[in-house]
This record gives sequence, C-alpha cells and structure tokens, in this order.
Amino acid sequence: MIIAIASGKGGTGKTTVSASLASVWKRPVLAVDMDVEEPNLHLFLKQASVSRDAAYLDVPVLDQALCKLCGACAELCQFKAISLMGGHLLVFPDMCHGCGGCMRICPEGALQKGQRELGVVEMGITADGIPCLAGRLRIGEALSPPLMGKVRQRMHAHASKYSLDILIDAPPGVSCPAMTAVQDADMVLLVTEPTPFGLHDLRLAWLAFRPLGKPMGVVINRAGLGDDRVQTFCQEKGLPLLAEIPYRRDIAEHYAHGGILAHLDAGMKATFEHLVEQLDRIGGAVNHA
Amino acid sequence: MHELVVISGKGGTGKTSLTATFAHLAENAVLCDLDVDAPDLHLIAEPAVQRSGPFISGRVAVIDSAACTGCGTCGEVCAYDAIHSEARHFVVETTHCEGCKVCVVLCPEKAIEFPDRLCGTWYESNTRFGPMVHAQLDPGQENSGKLVTLLKAKARERAAQLGLELILSDGAPGIGCPVISSLSQASLVLLVTEPTPSGLHDLERVAELCRHFRLPSTVLINKADLSPGYQAAIHAFCQTREIPVVGRLPHDPAVTGAMVRGKAVTEGPDTPFGAQVRQIWWDLRSQLEAPSSSLSKESRS
Repeated sequence: MIIAIASGKGGTGKTTVSASLASVWKRPVLAVDMDVEEPNLHLFLKQASVSRDAAYLDVPVLDQALCKLCGACAELCQFKAISLMGGHLLVFPDMCHGCGGCMRICPEGALQKGQRELGVVEMGITADGIPCLAGRLRIGEALSPPLMGKVRQRMHAHASKYSLDILIDAPPGVSCPAMTAVQDADMVLLVTEPTPFGLHDLRLAWLAFRPLGKPMGVVINRAGLGDDRVQTFCQEKGLPLLAEIPYRRDIAEHYAHGGILAHLDAGMKATFEHLVEQLDRIGGAVNHA
Repeated sequence: MHELVVISGKGGTGKTSLTATFAHLAENAVLCDLDVDAPDLHLIAEPAVQRSGPFISGRVAVIDSAACTGCGTCGEVCAYDAIHSEARHFVVETTHCEGCKVCVVLCPEKAIEFPDRLCGTWYESNTRFGPMVHAQLDPGQENSGKLVTLLKAKARERAAQLGLELILSDGAPGIGCPVISSLSQASLVLLVTEPTPSGLHDLERVAELCRHFRLPSTVLINKADLSPGYQAAIHAFCQTREIPVVGRLPHDPAVTGAMVRGKAVTEGPDTPFGAQVRQIWWDLRSQLEAPSSSLSKESRS
C-alpha cells in the first residue's frame, strides 16, 4: 500500500504526520521524502548513516568539429537550451529539460550525452529500523521533477524487493512536483489547518488530485486554532476527516525540538494508531477492489 | 525602485501573513503574490480585479487518434513516460507531457498536434493596500516560473506607471524554479524562518540560494519563542554567514485571529505584536534604502 501525505499549503504538518505514521505503522514500511527542494523528514526520522548517490540529467554537449550549423536542434528545443546565433551554436545545459530530442535529430551526431547534476538520492535507516529514502535538490537547480523521478525509481525497486508499504511525504503546492509525488499512491492523505489559508489551499489540492481518482482523506492539524470552515468543506465534498491534531503549545514545542508527535503522549500515539487503522481500511478496500 | 521578496524555504512560517502586514504598513508599494501555485495573499488583500488574462506557457502534444497508426514511435521517444497505448492508438497524458515536441517531430504519420497550453490566469487588481498583481495556476499545471516572471514584469510596469517606489512580493515555498524566478532583480530578500529543525534546515538552503545568485538577504525569526535552542542556532548560522537578522516575533495566536477575520495583524487596535512588526518594517525599509554593499556586513542579533 502506498500513501501520499500532501497539502496545498506548506507548513500544515505533512512531515509531522508522515514521521508519526511511519513510527506506528503496523507492517514494514519505507518512508520517502519527496519534497526534494526542502527535505525535512530526516530531521524527525533520524538516521545514523545515510548513503548518498548523485543523480544526473542527460543534457547535450556539442562537438563543434561535427556541427554543420543546420540549426535543427535549436529549432526543436522548446526550452531555449540551444540557440543558433551569428554563426555559432550555443548550448545552455542549465536550461535543458532532458528530453533528448536534440541528440536524436542531429543529422551529424554532433550532440553527445553529457550530465547535469540534479542533486542526490539519500538512503538510510532509523534506529527503529525504518528505511528512509529522500531526494535533495542541488541548490541552484530549477527542476525538481527529474530528481523526483530518480527517487521514485529507487522507491519502487526497494519497496518491491522487501515487500514494504510506502509513505510519501509530498512537497507543498498543487503543481507539477506535488502531482509527481502523489502519482504512485493508492490514496492521498491531505493535511490542512482550520484557517482561511488552509481551507483555500485544501480546496486547490482537492481540485488538483480529484481527477486522479484516488481515495482521499483529511487530517486537520492545529484543530481549534481558526474556524470550522474546513470541516464544513470536507462534509460538502464527502472527504472523510480521518484525524484531528489539537492546537496546543506543547505540540508546537515538541515539534520545535525535533520530536515525533506520536511519541509525545498516549493520546497522540492513539490518534496516529487510529489513523493507521483508517488508512488500512480505506487502502485495503482499494487494493481488493 | 526597490523590490523586496519574501521567501522561507519551508512553508507555513508566516510569509503571507507578514507580507499582508507589510502591505498595510507600506505606502507607495505594489503588492505581488508570486506563490502562483497556492496563492493566499488575496484572502487578506481582497483584490478588486481590474484586468485579467490567460497565462499560456509552452505547448502540449495531442495525438489525432484517426491519423495514428499505432506504430508506437512517440511512446519510445518520450522521455517523460507521458504516452501510453489505448486500444489501437496512442494517447498523451497531458499532466506528464513536458511539451518538448520530440514526438511531434518524429511521428512518421505527422499525427501529433502541438497546441498552446493554457496554464492559468493572471490578474491586475486594486486593494485597500494599493495595487496588486497576482495569478492562479490551474491545478496540476507545471509551475514553470514563467508566470512568476510575467507577474514581476507587470508589477514593475504598474509601479513605473503609478510612480511607486516599492514592489512587495510574497514568494513560494521551496528553492526550485518558481522561487528562483521570484528572486530575479530583488533588491533585498527577506527570509522568514521559525526556530524548529525544519525552519533552520530550510533557511540554510534558501540562504545558500541567495548567496548563489549574489542577492542580499535578511532574516526574520517568526514564532521565536518556540525553541530558545533553535533560535540561538539560527542566530549563530546568520552570524557565520554574515546575514543580518532584522527581527524576531513571538508565536502569537493574534496572527491567525487576524487571518480568520481577513485582516492584516496591524489593522485594528494597537497591540504589542503590532508594534513589533512595525519596528521590523521600519528596519526593513532602512535596509532597502541603504546602499546594497552595507547589507551583508554586520549581523545584528
């Protein structure tokens, strides 16, 4: 079973929920941090040693000696990564989206495969034996989906080899990176807060993910903080409210010290164990459908 | 003209609530919401839209099923796994299509069309704080940074027309394409953080991003009383990196209270929290007006 923990708005508690779910999960589970721009899951699921593998995107490198300046590559490139100017062909590998088209169509074979570093894929294991996988985007790299693709490959290989369930901590937002993170999930758990910003972005997330046809559920974090419009929205849209985490100063402080929320007290542990049961129920229904 | 861009790396540190408050305190500013993916500033600013238009970014491959012979070339050449067979022909999954045109060019039947892709809508508006430019990306669309660039251009145009001296921009979380685009030509980048493991970790990455693009930055520690330990760690980090700390704000439910009422936290009766934000705003103004060379010299803590 694969669960993606997502939200429109950032800072609603995706990582808090992901770390706690991993810590009370009943079957062997792989925790995956898909927020490659700002990976935070390792700050809570602490790993003594982490293996790091650099990930690369295939980008063109020009062999000037072979290029006859026909300009076919520059005409094809939709990302302004190649341009023909004043009798020179210029390649801008930072702009490349890695489609490989230029290398395919060059009649002279003047464009060869080079590499741009996207970032690193990190793999480790917690003291409790939870395997963790994450991507870490190189600072200055603009594109996160290609690195997320490398993380997804590793994720599927590792989970199928060891028969693991998967928990995916998704990036915020509802555009390309968030869609990439949830695409493999059997169900999407949306974490929100009962504020106007939380509600607005929950609605965006619901609009974005609904066409995927995956079951969705909601966790309200900081319950009691704002108003009750989020609850009303969930009721209207038939979104099951699976857990509420109260707005309490001790919870915020526990988080501020890097603690896993499910470890705070018996009540929090019960909250997450109950959430796991709910996810199992919904996910089980999906897997047997 | 000065451009102040507010970012944080981590979401939920208070970027938008603070930007709305600065918008209330600022005179002569154009407000700009660059978090086009999940914009929230309009919930406080309540813009009255004056002009709007479609945002078209790139194109998308569409296979003409009548012309498709099912040879599968398109699927083989697609680097994004966006093309799958369906019955006797192939279809493009629009959400995965990067718009690279490779399948369009290599299809032996010329059966693939390549129309413009509508990605969202931009708006030019008026608010009680002054003019505002903002946008909404359609859910699930590529957040390419081009929309961010478009909004920044519109904000500059608007500021020039109206003779306004400041563009106040609320950025997106993260460090990727939309954030990089939001930083271009920034006079000063305000990094809003919180004293938590994630807050510090993500601050380190956005601070490095600003250094990478050689942009002056300054740090605001929000919810500062949550952890004295992490607050000290943030100060230490800023000192090492010679990034000034413009101020600290306590964790105050009044911020959320104001958001629920659709107000900036300084609108309404004076509060101690409001006074602290005002002080920070004055300090930010003086940093903006200072020659940029002095920005990176001293860390105040």
